[in-house]
Amino acid sequence: MLAFILRRLGTFIPTFIGVSFVSFLFIRLLPGDPILLMAGERGMSDERYAQLMSQFGFDRPLLTQYRDYLSGIVRGDLGISFKTKQPVWDEFFALFPATLELSLCAIVFAVVLGIPAGIVAAVKRGKWPDQALMSTALVGFSMPIFWWALLLIILFSGVLGWTPVSGRISLMYFFPTDTGFMLIDSFRSGQPGAFASAVQHLILPTVVLGTIPLAVVARQTRSAMLEVLSEDYVRTAKAKGLGPWRVNGLHALRNALIPVVTVIGLSVGTLMAGAILTETIFSWPGVGKWMVEGINSRDYTAVQGGLLMIAVIVMVVNLVVDVLYGLINPKIRQR
Amino acid sequence: MSHTGNTVSVPVRPGRFAEFWSYFSENRGAIAGLVIFIVFIIIAILADVVAPHSPTQQYREALLQPPMWQEGGAGQFILGTDAVGRDLFSRLIHGARYSFFIGIIVVVISAGSGVIIGLIAGFARGWVDTLIMRLMDILLAFPSLLLALVMVAILGPSLTNAMIAIAIVLQPHYVRLTRAAVLQELPKDYVTSARVAGASRLRLMFVTVLPNCLAPIIVQAALSFSTAILDAAALGFLGLGAQPPTPEWGTMLADSREFVLRAWWVVTFPGIAILVNVLAINLMGDGLRDALDPKLKRS
Repeated sequence: MLAFILRRLGTFIPTFIGVSFVSFLFIRLLPGDPILLMAGERGMSDERYAQLMSQFGFDRPLLTQYRDYLSGIVRGDLGISFKTKQPVWDEFFALFPATLELSLCAIVFAVVLGIPAGIVAAVKRGKWPDQALMSTALVGFSMPIFWWALLLIILFSGVLGWTPVSGRISLMYFFPTDTGFMLIDSFRSGQPGAFASAVQHLILPTVVLGTIPLAVVARQTRSAMLEVLSEDYVRTAKAKGLGPWRVNGLHALRNALIPVVTVIGLSVGTLMAGAILTETIFSWPGVGKWMVEGINSRDYTAVQGGLLMIAVIVMVVNLVVDVLYGLINPKIRQR
Repeated sequence: MSHTGNTVSVPVRPGRFAEFWSYFSENRGAIAGLVIFIVFIIIAILADVVAPHSPTQQYREALLQPPMWQEGGAGQFILGTDAVGRDLFSRLIHGARYSFFIGIIVVVISAGSGVIIGLIAGFARGWVDTLIMRLMDILLAFPSLLLALVMVAILGPSLTNAMIAIAIVLQPHYVRLTRAAVLQELPKDYVTSARVAGASRLRLMFVTVLPNCLAPIIVQAALSFSTAILDAAALGFLGLGAQPPTPEWGTMLADSREFVLRAWWVVTFPGIAILVNVLAINLMGDGLRDALDPKLKRS
C-alpha cells in the first residue's frame, strides 16, 4: 500500500512542476510586454518601466524567474494583482469558500438525486422508469448550463418571483463572515431571515452547477448497479429469500458505490469549469467569476495564480480519490 | 502477400458494417440522434436557401418582436427578432453552420494530432512515452474550460482561437486512448507476423495497428464533437469565442442576456438549438459505443 501511495506521489510531483511551469509561462506567452499591459493606455516613463521590470523580475533569465516563482508558490506567494495591488494568494483564498460552498451543495444535490435515480433505473432495467430517467439524464448531460441558468432565472425569478437573481445573500443582512461559508455564517449570526435568504440565493446556482454531475452520477450508478446485480453473490442473496430492499440496497449498492464515489471525486474538474459559468451568471463572488473578470480586465497575475491554484486543488482531490480507491480496491494497487 | 490480403478482407468489410449497423439500429435513441444530426447538417449546408432573412439584416421597425404565435408577433419573423431587429430564426439557421464547423474542425485537429502522438507514445515506449504521457497529465490537470479560457486570453478572443484552444484541451484524451489501444494490440500475433514480414514502422503504425484501435477513438470523436460545440458556445457566452455579430449560438445568448426577463424568446431559442444539437450527437455517441465496444456486446 505504501508503495502504491509513493508511486502515485511520484507522478503527482512532476505533474505539479509541469502545471506550475504552464501557469508561469502564461504571462510570458501573452502578446506584448506584461509591464506595458499593466500600464494600459497611460504609458510610463523609462525609469518607471525599468523599475517595474526589476520589481516583477522580468529582466532576469527565464529559468531564474521560474525558480523564484516556484519558491514563491511554496511560501504562499503568488505575486501581486495588477489591478487591486493585493496579494493574489489572499484574494484567491478570500473568494474560494464561496466556490467551495457552491460546489459542495452541487455535489450533495447530484448525489441525493442521482444515486436513487440510478438504482431505480438499474432495478427497472428496460422498463419505462429506466427509459424516462436515462433520457432525462442524457438531456442533463447535454445541457448548456449557462442557458439552463437563464431559463431557471426566467421561470423562478421572473415569472414566479421565488428566488433572487444574483449574489449570496440579501444586502439587508450584515454579519461577520468568519468561516466564509454563507450558510454557516448566516445561521450563526442569529438574525431572523438571514439563513433563509442565504438558502434562497443558493438554490438556483446549486441546481445549475449540479445538473451535469447529477446526470453523470445517475448514469454511473445505473451501470455500476447493473454490473453488480448480475454477480453470483446477489443471486445467492435473492435465493436465500432476502427482500428486494435488502438485496438491492444493502448487498448490491455497497459494491456499486465504489465506482460512483470515484466518479464524484474525479468530477471536481468539471465542477470548477462549471463554476466559472455559474458564478458569472449569478454574480456569485467566487474564484470562477474572479478568473473571468481577471481575463477581461487583464489582471494577468490574478489569472495566473487562479489557474495554478485551481489545477492544484483538482490534482490534490484526484490524488486523494485515487489513494482511497486503492485502499478499497486492492486490484488497483497492483498496476 | 498483398493479393491474399485483399481477397480475404473484401468480403469481411461489408459484413463488419452490417454487424455494426444491426447493433446501432437496435438503439432507437441513436437512430433519432442520427436523423436530427442529418437534418441539422442539411440546414447548415442550405442555410442561405432556407433562412427567410439575412442573419445580419436589421429591421429597425421590429425590435424585440415576439414569435409569430404570441401577441405582437408577425408571420414575417417566425421566432421573433432580437434587440436590433434581426430575424432570430434566420440567425439560428446560420448558427447551425458555425456549430458544425466548430465540431468538425475541433475533432479533426484534436483527433488527428492526438492519434498520431498516441501512436508514437505506444510504439516508442521508454522515455519518449513517459515524456508524452506526463505532458498529457499536465494538460488534463487543468479543468478544460479554464484552460481554454486562459489560452483564448493569450491568443485573443475569436472563433478560430476558441477552436484551437478547445482542440488542444480535448487532444490528451485521444493520446491516452490511442496509446492504451496500441499497447493492447502490439503483443498480438498479427502484429508480430507483419513485423517479421518486413513491414516498416510507419506501415505497422498506420496500416497494421491503427485500424484495430479505431473503435474507442470513434466513440471519443462523437463525444468530443458535442463537447466542442458546448465549450465553444460557453466561450462565446463569456465573450471569448465568436464575436458579435456572428450568429454563433453561444454569442447570441451572450448578446441577449440583458433581455432575459423582458424577451424570453431571444434567450430560449438559441439554447434549445444548442441543447438539441448536442443531445442528438450524444444519443449517436451512446449508440456508437454500444455498437462498437466489444465488452458491452451481447454474445
